[in-house]
Amino acid sequence: MTAVAPELKKTPLNNLHRKMGGRMVDFGGWDMPVQYPAGTIAEHLRTRTHAGLFDVSHMGEIDVTGPEAVQFINRLTSNDASKLIDGQAQYSALTTPEGTVIDDLLVYRFAPDRFMLVVNAGTTEKDWDWIASHRGSESVELKNVSSDYCQLALQGPDALEILQALTDVPLADVKYYHFVEAKVDSVEAIVSRTGYTGEDGFEVYAAPDKGEQIWNKLLEAGAFGSEEGVLPCGLAARNTLRLEAGMALYGHEIDETTTLLEANLGWICKLNKGDFIGRDALAKQKEEGVTKRLVGFAITDRGIARDGQDVLIEGARAGNVTSGSPAPYLKKNIGMAYVPAEFAKEGQQIQIDVRGKLTGAQIVKTPFYKREKQ
Amino acid sequence: MANVPEDLHYSKDHEWVRVDGDVATVGITDYAQNSLGDVVYVELPKPGEEFAANESFGSVESVKAVSEVFSPVSGSVAEAHESLSDDPEKVNTDPYGDGWMIRIKMSHPGEVDSLLTAAEYEDFTKAETE
Repeated sequence: MTAVAPELKKTPLNNLHRKMGGRMVDFGGWDMPVQYPAGTIAEHLRTRTHAGLFDVSHMGEIDVTGPEAVQFINRLTSNDASKLIDGQAQYSALTTPEGTVIDDLLVYRFAPDRFMLVVNAGTTEKDWDWIASHRGSESVELKNVSSDYCQLALQGPDALEILQALTDVPLADVKYYHFVEAKVDSVEAIVSRTGYTGEDGFEVYAAPDKGEQIWNKLLEAGAFGSEEGVLPCGLAARNTLRLEAGMALYGHEIDETTTLLEANLGWICKLNKGDFIGRDALAKQKEEGVTKRLVGFAITDRGIARDGQDVLIEGARAGNVTSGSPAPYLKKNIGMAYVPAEFAKEGQQIQIDVRGKLTGAQIVKTPFYKREKQ
Repeated sequence: MANVPEDLHYSKDHEWVRVDGDVATVGITDYAQNSLGDVVYVELPKPGEEFAANESFGSVESVKAVSEVFSPVSGSVAEAHESLSDDPEKVNTDPYGDGWMIRIKMSHPGEVDSLLTAAEYEDFTKAETE
């Protein structure tokens, strides 16, 4: 409960979070709400059943423009940006020459010569330095525009209906991983059908000084305060939602010590698109096979696995938990871990060293939770 | 503002103690449960286990974090509140009542005198929040 250090960065919604009773924590140098008065479980469940609203303005945005923008992006990232059409977004990663991960990101294509990269908050500076220092002969202009945007994520089965009340653009026509430039409550915005919860939903980018206005209008349109209304959600719910959905979190499942293939992100490694940083290492690893692999597990004993704990297989220490938590919707205790590849199969029994207590668990299929398609 | 009943004793680790003869009932305070958030798991010792004052006797877990719980007094566990394993949320909804954790048969009942009074605990939490 120590006072907030003055050097913490704040999103444009910081005052509003405090006013609404958000419990603020230091998240990678940002002063962010970890939960609101409703509590993490209620926030998580409401997002699965109706809608949750998240301030994700701490995410970073980098503009890449110029006639060879796509060549530049394709040289630095693992997915194939040349496959994008205008108004489409793609999950991808910035890779090291070893095929490990500088960051995971979204690549948005606005026009053949105009792209935006959306990167993690804690890595924005590192990413910017990496991207700027890997300029080559391509004709591109780079701009860190992180402070030009607030970003709000409205997620859950009711998200479309709620957001539709604030915009004339028919949102049902915006396909998953596509976006439009539209007015939201008369404010110029980017409306993207993306998210980090495993639910349908949207992420809205707008000028930072419009953040409070859009946030309040979304709460109003979503009947915040009523039993089935939208709930503002903190980082704790964001984490449990993405974990149930089996999504990687940078610094946990992926970092500069794990490759995309080890993290089961082979689907964003387009080894045949042409050369990119890390391509050769990834191609070699694909041929030889990985020695460790990311798996999902469910605890079969009593107890909750937590990040960093050791995994034991057949009595020997064999790996570590990257994320461990209760899963509020599934009502199980779950997690993800790296284990030797030969054990990375469904049904494999493992143990987690939960503060000295060996706790039984079983490797299960991910995602743990998958929404029913409408 | 957190609820701090007058008739209890408090530790700086945010446990409360209710004294009945030489038996102390122990739980965590309203302030503590509020800081933790939704409690999803409580791990308690077995009857007969002995603890010295300020020794960890179990843990309470929220979605986000694990906190140890410390015994404010020395003694042996007379009873553990087993039903918390099925209904850990009682720690949130009724921290001073049905959210109690253990009953300890005190070996040094005088230790209670060194714990905080309600007023002292309230000042202590205010100082922590500031």
